[in-house]
Amino acid sequence: MLDFLLSLLILAGAAFTFIGSLGLARLPDFYTRLHGPTKATTLGVGSLLIASSLYFNTRGEGVSLHEALVTLFLFITAPASAHLLSKAALHLQLRSLAPLPTALEAVQKPGQTDLGSTDTP
Amino acid sequence: MRRLLPHPLMTLTLATLWLLLVNSAAPGQIVLGLVLGWAIPLFTQRFWPETLHIHRPFALLRFIIRVLGDIVVANLTVARLILGHPQRLRPAFVLMPLALKSDLAISLLANTICLTPGTVSACLTLDRHHLLVHTLDTADREQLIAMLKSRYETPLQEIFEPC
Repeated sequence: MLDFLLSLLILAGAAFTFIGSLGLARLPDFYTRLHGPTKATTLGVGSLLIASSLYFNTRGEGVSLHEALVTLFLFITAPASAHLLSKAALHLQLRSLAPLPTALEAVQKPGQTDLGSTDTP
Repeated sequence: MRRLLPHPLMTLTLATLWLLLVNSAAPGQIVLGLVLGWAIPLFTQRFWPETLHIHRPFALLRFIIRVLGDIVVANLTVARLILGHPQRLRPAFVLMPLALKSDLAISLLANTICLTPGTVSACLTLDRHHLLVHTLDTADREQLIAMLKSRYETPLQEIFEPC
């Protein structure tokens, strides 16, 4: 029973990680590609970690909580790196399907909520 | 007291982190963890000018559970979008006005937005009043902003900055 559950978790984890990486190839522009690794992989790595935690805790060699730590660090680092990558991409004005916000100076003006669009450079 | 123990919560967090890292709960490790948790905030105090208060711990717990659930849903959504028709996506940049003030609350909100519903936080404006969010597939921007605000920002505001 446990083996069945573990294999299910590992397969689900592998599938989600694969889909996340597949997103890098299938999605059309840089900003949409960021979504694959930040989301689909979270659940993928999450399932793998749950499986690992279950396996090592039920083998009777004491409780191992390293997985909780890995999850925590993953949840902190994945969004931070995505945020920085997209910030750099905005700075470089990379090609985007969505209309880019004009200059970031325009964004700074308080009260302005509607972003003008520019043609892709 | 304030000078000797500037961030009691961070002390506890660091001690817990240490115990998780060494993977043991031996008394010696607990003492070492507490000493580290006391010393590290003291020596890095310049990085943490504001003290953190969690005003409603249960609301925080509820928020964490909700976010974990949303992560699963968001993963399924993004997986469906990737496997579906990437050409039909409607990506958009949305500028979200922020009601949050404190650094930690804003970064938590940005992290949550990154982990959940098909959105990545792209940029925080210099005046800290707006967060630029990139969404993967959005028809209605106003609805998205309203959803993000009610689902994530309001709980965070209740937890960290009650009026």
